[in-house]
Amino acid sequence: MTALHPIPTDRPERLIVIGNGMAGCRAVEEILARDATRYTVTIFGAEPRVNYNRIMLSPVLAGEKTFDDIVINGADWYAQNNITLISGDPVVSIDRAGQTVTARSGRTEPYDRLLIATGSDPFIIPVPGKDLPGVVTFRDLDDVDKMLAAAEKGGHAVVIGGGLLGLEAAHGLALRGMDVTVLHLMPTLMERQLDEAAGWLLKSELERRGQTILTGADTAAILEKDGHVAGVRLKDGKEIPADIVVMAVGIRPSTGLARLAGLEVERGILVDDHMLTSDPAIMAVGECVQHRGACYGLVAPLWEMCRSLADAATGTPSGYEGSVTSTKLKVSGIDLFSAGDFSGGEGCEDIVMRDAARGLYKRVIVKENKLVGAVLYGDTADGNWYFDLLKRGEDIADIREALIFGQAFAMGGGASNDPHAAVAALSEDAEICGCNGVTKGMVVSTIHGGACSLDAVRSQCKASASCGSCTGLVESLLAITLGDEVKAGPKTLCKCTKFSHDDVRRLILEKELKAIPQVMQELHWTTPDGCASCRPALNYYLLCAWPGVYVDDQRSRFVNERMHANIQKDGTYSVVPRMWGGVTTPNELRAIADAADKYGARMVKVTGGQRLDLFGIKKEDLPDIWADLNAAGMVSGHAYGKSLRTVKTCVGSEWCRFGTQDSTGLGIKTEQMTWGSWMPHKFKIAVSGCPRNCAEATIKDFGVICVDSGYELHVGGNGGIHLRGTDLLCKVATEREALDICAAFIQLYREQAWYLERTAPWIERVGLDHVKAGLFDDPEAVQHLAARFRYSQSFMQDDPWARRAKGEDAELHQHLAEFRPFPTMQIKEAAE
Amino acid sequence: MIGDWLDIGPVTQISPGNARTLPVQAPNGENLEEIAIFHTMGGEFFALVNKCPHKHGPLSQGIVHGTVVTCPLHSWNISLKTGHALGDDKGCVPTVPLKVDAGRLYLLREAVIGAMAPERAA
Ligand code: SRM
Ligand SMILES: Cc1cc2nc3c(=O)[nH]c(=O)nc-3n(C[C@H](O)[C@H](O)[C@H](O)COP(=O)(O)OP(=O)(O)OC[C@H]3O[C@@H](n4cnc5c(N)ncnc54)[C@H](O)[C@@H]3O)c2cc1C
Ligand code: SF4
Ligand code: FES
Repeated sequence: MTALHPIPTDRPERLIVIGNGMAGCRAVEEILARDATRYTVTIFGAEPRVNYNRIMLSPVLAGEKTFDDIVINGADWYAQNNITLISGDPVVSIDRAGQTVTARSGRTEPYDRLLIATGSDPFIIPVPGKDLPGVVTFRDLDDVDKMLAAAEKGGHAVVIGGGLLGLEAAHGLALRGMDVTVLHLMPTLMERQLDEAAGWLLKSELERRGQTILTGADTAAILEKDGHVAGVRLKDGKEIPADIVVMAVGIRPSTGLARLAGLEVERGILVDDHMLTSDPAIMAVGECVQHRGACYGLVAPLWEMCRSLADAATGTPSGYEGSVTSTKLKVSGIDLFSAGDFSGGEGCEDIVMRDAARGLYKRVIVKENKLVGAVLYGDTADGNWYFDLLKRGEDIADIREALIFGQAFAMGGGASNDPHAAVAALSEDAEICGCNGVTKGMVVSTIHGGACSLDAVRSQCKASASCGSCTGLVESLLAITLGDEVKAGPKTLCKCTKFSHDDVRRLILEKELKAIPQVMQELHWTTPDGCASCRPALNYYLLCAWPGVYVDDQRSRFVNERMHANIQKDGTYSVVPRMWGGVTTPNELRAIADAADKYGARMVKVTGGQRLDLFGIKKEDLPDIWADLNAAGMVSGHAYGKSLRTVKTCVGSEWCRFGTQDSTGLGIKTEQMTWGSWMPHKFKIAVSGCPRNCAEATIKDFGVICVDSGYELHVGGNGGIHLRGTDLLCKVATEREALDICAAFIQLYREQAWYLERTAPWIERVGLDHVKAGLFDDPEAVQHLAARFRYSQSFMQDDPWARRAKGEDAELHQHLAEFRPFPTMQIKEAAE
Repeated sequence: MIGDWLDIGPVTQISPGNARTLPVQAPNGENLEEIAIFHTMGGEFFALVNKCPHKHGPLSQGIVHGTVVTCPLHSWNISLKTGHALGDDKGCVPTVPLKVDAGRLYLLREAVIGAMAPERAA
């Protein structure tokens, strides 16, 4: 099956088009341009109006255009070209044998060639209330009129769907004065076009403009009052008031007619490269078709389809090969562009450029010297250039280094192979660092003055010490000025950033950064969503900086912390309930024994931390075993966490003939004060009742040795890989002081150490004097630090096992479904 | 082709950056093997046998970044696209073709069974 072969006849062929939309009319235009006399054309349109530009409905809603502005072909076009337009009368059936179509009015017309261009239907989510008055879709002019009528009255609008259409509807309604909430199921807006970083920027901008954006919002029902829509209820129980609800959750190719006529249909009407359906007399084009497995929802591919269709229909077949698409959002003031494959992965290299000051994010994805994808936010001027490189599959090896800087730079004479060339060409008084007002001349003279690393430049002239967006420029200046003599900078947090741990922590506070994508944007991360090193570190730094505000990101946690249990080599877990100060009771022991039986623990072991460990528990059983242990009064032992582990004690003055103080009691109080805290690394405490030190307090992160006159406080011990005895921090007289200094020391460590640095290497790095100064130089420091620790603990001491046992994050413990391929096929849906 | 795809439910079951598992069971109800289904931050879905090529760590429990998962046991990085270990590590885990259609996830039925075949013989 190739192109249409002409029907031998002396009269023009009768072409009937079903669908007076963008593809249908464009196809007719293309055919007329090639051969104006071959066909007599009749167009049926369901909408009672002439052919208009559907994509401009958004500006019409926003008040930037009128309907007249967006008409593509007015009544005169139909008349001049002898086209019969039957509008407001949808076709209801096709008789393929008799070659006729029948419309709703009963009108029947014969055809030689039929073209189906019925577009798509908006998808309506099947929730209660979906048919209420006030629930509208966004597809044609009638929908816009309904939205305008609602906006006239003002009030609340809820848009379900944070994709292109939903956001354009939200923008229009907001401009018309409505109070707009967008509900989006996924965590990232426009997730099919944008990566997490760009989606986050978009969300922040829309929120800044006053829209409420709820991501992860799953609609349960549309609520009614007095026979009209009144609100939306989410699955989590939240209710949002609404005077109008716009459903913009997606489209489905409109294939009903074709299906009824017995044409081959999958998701869309199947067509070949000449837009012929399974019936050679019938063509189809536009959003209603499926070509080589793909359905499209944008106009650019339709134009390409229409060209091939017209070529075939006029006897010069060319063949359509599918399209690569790109997306822009028509919301004034928001520049956003995406094209191609931006999922990255094997063999792909991400080139990322971020400019926090200008709210810019650019990412291009290169594979085998070809551009395969691009996401731009904030400046889309180069979008078309990237798209062109992408479509043409151009070899970009020569301009690779300069690619991210855009067309002007990459193509600008000579700069192409040397990324430093453009920097070398800057004048002496060109500003390099906007934050600190440092010029190129100043940076260069700092380098000549002996600063031979990025760090040295940062500390001596402040260039790139604030937001860091000019780091690349400073590095170029170092390279130009010193060549090979450039010294490596301080250890960066990971390969995704130029900043060190300390810089990142400082900037999180200075710039009040409160979310991982925000840190990545503001600090110019060079990867779109970080790596397995920086995500957990950032999660901890944010948690430490903003207690009670920052929402923990489970995806950035190592499995043990996500599952609140230690993963074992066979994929099962071990469960360690807390045993305060190593003291237990018959009741607790019974509950542990019962749990070991009930959940088939393959071993119960006394750990080196004075408590019991149950091994071999399945991830599905964890919430149940926790519920049982909770019932006996036990909570998580955090044997899995970068957090307080155990407080080891000895029996002390209560029993021991040498004991000087109640070491067991102090140990329990210490554990009750510190459990549940998140730290840069794990943290262990011990309290010994006398210098015989049976609790091994001098190899703990914080150790207490009781003496007759009070308590010696020790810090920085480690019994692990590198054995390190503690340093004596100070001696105090009362339990109260011991507890306060313990809290203060922990907080200092929490606020200053690098992620995954235990107290021993931390103190080796910064020195004991630094720690002492931090605690004691200011007489109020201990109280302030301890107060900050206790405040943070007010959010942390919430047993994670109890929350999971109640059903929080249940999906982490459940399988998706089960599959039983042998011998009978039976698929069970996930339980919940 | 349509009938050969196994519907494993809506895309919303797995939020971006997370993974969930699908146990494949023998006639006696024993788990033969698990398939791990990943949803990347970039919004793509992938399915792999839930066994690290190194020492069989459960990949579904690793941290997902880009189109890579870092194994929870010894931090090998495994490509979700190909199943190959990245960097200096050598090894490969079988992948299972997955498609998303109208908001639902589908796995290629033969591949699900094929991935299990060695276990079945054992
Ligand atoms: C269970 C236990 C061994 C035992 O059977 O007794 C244990 C088991 C593990 N230890 Fe330990 N350590 C245990 C007490 C210790 C002790 C002794 C102590 O705490 O008094 C030490 C030396 C003291 C210290 O930490 O300074 C210890 C030093 C380590 C280290 C080395 C830390 C270091 O800073 O050098 C690691 C590796 C790491 O953390 O990176 C480690 C790591 C581990 C891990 C988490 C290995 C891992 O990453 O999977 C083991 C997890 C087992 C599990 O699944 O439960 N474990 N580990 C002990 C649990 C204590 C508890 O009740 O929470
Ligand atoms: C608000 C909005 C904004 C958009 N913005 C963009 C954008 O920025 N960029 C972009 O590329 N794309 C955009 N699009 C998508 C673009 O409009 C569509 O891809 C394009 O209109 C599809 O053309 P079509 O001819 O296949 O379908 P349509 O233009 O929908 O035409 C189909 C026509 O067929 C009619 N019809 C259906 N069934 C029958 C029947 N049985 N009998 C008679 N007539 C029938 C329909 O009423 C309709 O008029 C947007 C869409 C909307 C709704
Ligand atoms: S000493 Fe080594 S083997 Fe033993 S529990 Fe600790 S980490 Fe595991
Ligand atoms: S089992 Fe995966 S890295 Fe060792």
